[in-house]
Amino acid sequence: MAHLHLDPKKISHCRELANKISSPVEGLINTHTTVAIERASLRLIGVEGAVQQEKQVVPEVNIIIQDLLHEGVLGRGALKWFVNGMIRTKMTPSELSSQVARRKIKLSALSQAPASEIAQKAHELCKGAVERLIQSREKRDAYRADLKDPFDPTGRNGPLLYVIVATGNIFEDVIQAKAAAQAGADAIAVIRSTAQSLLDYVPHGATTEGFGGTYATQENFRIMRKALDEEGQRLGRYIRLTNYCSGLCMPEIAALGAMERLDFLLNDAMYGILFRDINMKRTLIDQHFSRRIIALSRIVIHTGEDNYLTTADAIENGHQVLASQFINERFALNARMTEDLMGLGHAQEMDPAHPNVFLLEIARAQMTRDIFPSSPIKFMPPTRHKCGDIFYSHLMDAMFNFVGVLTGQTIQLLGMPTEAMHTPLLQDRWMSIKNAKYIFNGARDLGKEITYQPNGVIEKWAEKVLDDTVAHLEMINKKGLFRAIEERAFAEVSRREEGGKGHDGVIRRDQQYLNPFFDLL
Amino acid sequence: MTQKTAQVDLKKLKPYGDIMGDGTLQVCFTIPVEPSPEAREAAIQFCEKMGLDHIKVATMEKAADGFSLFVIYGNLKHTVDFTKIHVVKVDAEKRSREEIDELIKTKIGRKLVVIGACTGYDAHTVGIDAIMNMKGFAGDYGLERYQWIDARNLGAQVLNDELLKRALAEQADAVLVSKVVTQHNIHMRDMKDLMNRARQMGLLEKMVFVAGGPRVTHPLALECGFDAGFGVGTKPSDVASYIVEEFLRRQSQGVSKEQREEAPQRAKSKVRPTRTKSRIAKSGKRQAKSKR
Repeated sequence: MAHLHLDPKKISHCRELANKISSPVEGLINTHTTVAIERASLRLIGVEGAVQQEKQVVPEVNIIIQDLLHEGVLGRGALKWFVNGMIRTKMTPSELSSQVARRKIKLSALSQAPASEIAQKAHELCKGAVERLIQSREKRDAYRADLKDPFDPTGRNGPLLYVIVATGNIFEDVIQAKAAAQAGADAIAVIRSTAQSLLDYVPHGATTEGFGGTYATQENFRIMRKALDEEGQRLGRYIRLTNYCSGLCMPEIAALGAMERLDFLLNDAMYGILFRDINMKRTLIDQHFSRRIIALSRIVIHTGEDNYLTTADAIENGHQVLASQFINERFALNARMTEDLMGLGHAQEMDPAHPNVFLLEIARAQMTRDIFPSSPIKFMPPTRHKCGDIFYSHLMDAMFNFVGVLTGQTIQLLGMPTEAMHTPLLQDRWMSIKNAKYIFNGARDLGKEITYQPNGVIEKWAEKVLDDTVAHLEMINKKGLFRAIEERAFAEVSRREEGGKGHDGVIRRDQQYLNPFFDLL
Repeated sequence: MTQKTAQVDLKKLKPYGDIMGDGTLQVCFTIPVEPSPEAREAAIQFCEKMGLDHIKVATMEKAADGFSLFVIYGNLKHTVDFTKIHVVKVDAEKRSREEIDELIKTKIGRKLVVIGACTGYDAHTVGIDAIMNMKGFAGDYGLERYQWIDARNLGAQVLNDELLKRALAEQADAVLVSKVVTQHNIHMRDMKDLMNRARQMGLLEKMVFVAGGPRVTHPLALECGFDAGFGVGTKPSDVASYIVEEFLRRQSQGVSKEQREEAPQRAKSKVRPTRTKSRIAKSGKRQAKSKR
């Protein structure tokens, strides 16, 4: 494989800076919890039900956590109250949650069992939950082994073909996903309904209506997982399932994704802050717990740096992407994830009219590959400069596929000719997959045959981006992450430390805080 | 040798392939049955019903189990009278940033306040950013760059009510709304809702309402109650040109309205601005429907 000659000292300096930038945040993470972490903890031990309230179906975990928050006792941890309730009522988690959510039992009003008894019982329950996650993981390993899944995080086996479905109806999604798998797709993402990330609850049950996508629910996860397992068996290939672990329910989606055996989750340490205006503290605390679950379940995350390039100019802002990748890598390591699980994201979004644009795109793609050699790099297609000319768009996707295979990207989200028009039709996906298969096959070993000209345009561009990244990370380190974000360090977006959605769901941990998942995950 | 190619017949316009009047059309679609001679015949019959002659099936592909995809060529039988076509368009002279700044400076004498957002649950800011952010789009600087425009981009997922309250509080002269997600026509529902609220708050006369997005057209925006709509490929200076011109138009009408109040007998002969607008809105609606 051709490689760039980048200065390893500069790269390790970037990693040191990322470590310094993340360390003040670790203090925050260790002293706080959020409503979403507490809800995820209850979900992991088996609270799954929902209650009809007027026209809305409200998950039991939301009612339970909201009540504890209003009573001002959530700082001790939901498990403390819930497990005490189980001891006192001798009920199973689902029996008790059903009673509490219907306000027939008030957890904080029950007499307290001895702390050691609660701690021991909580530990047992959480251990059981972790064992279920491990079983789920082992089931995936068995499927993969059985089907001789060729996935290799380093990209050695060529880019994986990744497409999205987004009909709004999970049953229609199944038809589209199976069709995509038959055409050659290796991974399917079910795009979420627009703005689900801003809901402070996970919708319940199978859903047939959504806007720009389909709601992420536990039942929808199950339906699609089963469909892809069946299709994979039939086709003799392991088909991966992706969903979106971002927004106000990041830890809960991680829990549900882990339980329902998803393979990929979109999960970024800063995406929610920048692009969804979710409070900084909430996002950073939530991302940590979600990644602890992800680490144990060995799910591959996809980070969201590609979004920086749709908002800000792709030629000018390569360093922001790289700086963010280093920070995402550090936060993932802090959550006990290994490099082979970090699908660091970037995109081919430069202006197609720019002279020698492919040289710059190759430089960016190759340097991402070379700087994170063990990570499954996620490469996102052109969107920003696409319009309704589907023929030109198809050509842009072809060049994107060419850059992807040449530079050894791992997970290639295939572009759609009808980008900027509608969520993909069956035929759009078919065309797109045919395009990728042709190019990935035809240029499979091209990267092994070439070398980059020392001091050529490609090498120089990569060096410039790396230099800019060092400077950018030094600036962030000097200001601190929060202030740097306020001063538009990423994607030209400014966010304040106390601003954004979900800030009221951040709670300081009490000295008696109980959550054995932090030891077990 | 005399040159013998037919001239275009605008009264009987047809699509063009390589011979004037050939009516060549390419179509691509998927039908939910397996590829088979019967599927091919079904595809041909669809094309016949669309008004195609000399139908050639270029390819029939298996797109998935139970789905066949077709690429088909044919010659369209229908014609269109191009001379009778009437399209409702945004009425504004295209000006450069410098010209627009100069116009505001000399004719208005204060900065125009423009508030923009991607409304409802729509999270796609690419459109509003292209129009408003400093950088702009395709070499055309965004509204933030204009010296005489005070541009405030509120970003994504701003609720209609919130946007209007901000617009009122900040005494906006124009409100820009970007809509990208169109599934189940949610963009139209959101746009109509915004304009209903604006009407109730009495903002229609005070502000210029502009909608934009890849699937937004001027007639569609009018149908939803906006003053103008801009679609794919719109540049910031297109929007700014319109806002300034519309502002000046209203300003001059405002003057004539005051004059009317002084001399009501003369006012009768004048077309009232609100009526003009509702007439355009109606014809816009027809246009939008016939396009679908």
